[in-house]
Amino acid sequence: MVIDLQNVSFKYENVNVIQEITAHFNPGELVSLVGPNGAGKTTLLKLISGTLKPSSGKIYIYDQQSHNLTNKKRAVWISMVPQNPKLPDEISIPDFVMLGRNPHLGLLQWESKEDFNIARKSMSLTEIDYLSRRKLGEISGGERQRAMLALAITQQSPIMLLDEPTSNLDIYHQIKVMKLIKKIHTLKSGFGVTILAIHDLNIAAQFSDRILLFSNGSIAADGMPKEVLTKNNIDSIYGSEVTIITHPEHGTPVILS
Amino acid sequence: MKPTTYTNDQDLVLTYKYPWNKITIGIVIIFICAVIGVAIGSVYIPVTSVFLILFSKLNLFNESTELTPAWHTIIWNIRLPRVVLALLVGASLGISGATYQGLFKNPLADPYLIGVASGASLGATIVFLSGIPFTYGYFSLLPVASFCGGIIAVFIAYLISIKSGNTHLSTLLLAGLAIGAFATAITGILMLRSDPDLRPLLSWLMGGFIRAQWSHSILIMPYMIIGVSFILGYSRILNTMQLEGYYAESLGVNIEKTKRILIVSATLVTAAAVSFSGLIGFVGLIAPHIIRLLWGTDYRTLLPLSGLVGAAFLILADLAARTIVSPIELPVGIITALVGSPFFVYVLLKTKGSTIDGY
Repeated sequence: MVIDLQNVSFKYENVNVIQEITAHFNPGELVSLVGPNGAGKTTLLKLISGTLKPSSGKIYIYDQQSHNLTNKKRAVWISMVPQNPKLPDEISIPDFVMLGRNPHLGLLQWESKEDFNIARKSMSLTEIDYLSRRKLGEISGGERQRAMLALAITQQSPIMLLDEPTSNLDIYHQIKVMKLIKKIHTLKSGFGVTILAIHDLNIAAQFSDRILLFSNGSIAADGMPKEVLTKNNIDSIYGSEVTIITHPEHGTPVILS
Repeated sequence: MKPTTYTNDQDLVLTYKYPWNKITIGIVIIFICAVIGVAIGSVYIPVTSVFLILFSKLNLFNESTELTPAWHTIIWNIRLPRVVLALLVGASLGISGATYQGLFKNPLADPYLIGVASGASLGATIVFLSGIPFTYGYFSLLPVASFCGGIIAVFIAYLISIKSGNTHLSTLLLAGLAIGAFATAITGILMLRSDPDLRPLLSWLMGGFIRAQWSHSILIMPYMIIGVSFILGYSRILNTMQLEGYYAESLGVNIEKTKRILIVSATLVTAAAVSFSGLIGFVGLIAPHIIRLLWGTDYRTLLPLSGLVGAAFLILADLAARTIVSPIELPVGIITALVGSPFFVYVLLKTKGSTIDGY
């Protein structure tokens, strides 16, 4: 088991954001966390990444208790693509991507040729090598998202967490980024765990192996897309009437309002 | 529309080279500035004579007897100690300025503007006025007292910014401003209550090298070396710290520890600079900004080169201070402020909102 959550709760100013969640994530899974706003998707990602500490319960990463891990070790295992972080405008794209090597370097150690090659490959993979002379402040939303993905790939960690990777992107870039995430996941050939918090149910249905549906801080449903995204589940949790059809090409559920 | 796809990825070369060539050029420039600084003054000494006198100490030439002993004294006892102190102080301010800017993610953070220098000068003033002897051979209380004053100032500012519930760094700058003003006010009160011969203290507070001696440079060197070593050691981590805190942490940085180490180191270096030369503003703002404009934001390049630019700038500023209205000497702080304030406004307008309020 790669990630093991045992009765994890998280309180923020006395409000239970996450309530007694128990879940496991196995090697090779691409999992989407879905649910209405404030249901706890992002919070769960932050608990796994170590940005937040659980109020109670235990989180194990590769059988080690998460809060005992040093930042460095955690960064070797987990890479994170945050949602719309504030990025320093003046840093060049290659310099930014190279920051992903930080967990692998000692204090006085500088990047080797090998480290630069890893960053170069992630830039090719995410198709941002044409940005090598640009700065973060000068690129579009889709390019920014791919630059952050490149940084995360450069980290070479088996676990990748992504918070709303397609928000603020047009449909072309949404699909491009999702295909890229899938590709990165596939490249890890069964060892990697990719977890994304995502709003768009149709994208989640199309790209993930497994979906966790959140409602008020707990998991309401867990399973394959067509098991979780049923009319019953969505109507009751989102409180709106939907129609569900099957995608003519992928066979995955498509939700129509 | 698809973005342009890149075909020939051989063109993409990622490397980082330590800027040894730029550092070498910088050292040569500083040397030239230093020779000019030594040559020019109320008495002009030809550059060739300056060289001869400098090297006569090394016993390379025997003709030094042809040179007037007065020039010898002027160079070795008056101008050179002054130029060397300006060099060290300029380098300290450049490096500590760049460090504070990296830590606080604010291009306007300058040791003078965030109150560290005022706190340090309050610490030094207390020792200065207390009447206790503060120099014991190669140890002086002044840098230590400056450091205590500076570190208290920066930590109060830091606590205020945390307490106010937002870690926006403009808060820290404003808190630093208030603390700096407070420290300066206390310094003023202390001065009024003490004995009348305040001229040395006054000129010191306005920033200057009028009373520079060789011993000053020797006394501040250890603090500078320790502080700068730590800062340069953490220079690569400072690059990662440019991201938001949680993002940098997800890349394995221990933010709190790194911040503490860097604040203490930068304050140590600032305190060393302040303890004998007083308040000199804007050097820590100008030097790193020039480097950023020219060669980007990698702190491994930015930190050493800011030190070199700071040193060259302060040597020239001091030269201007003692020659512009000769025979009267201006405090060098006036020159740096004259150049620095418009520069501050320029940086402020250029970074409009985004960087200042963004974090």
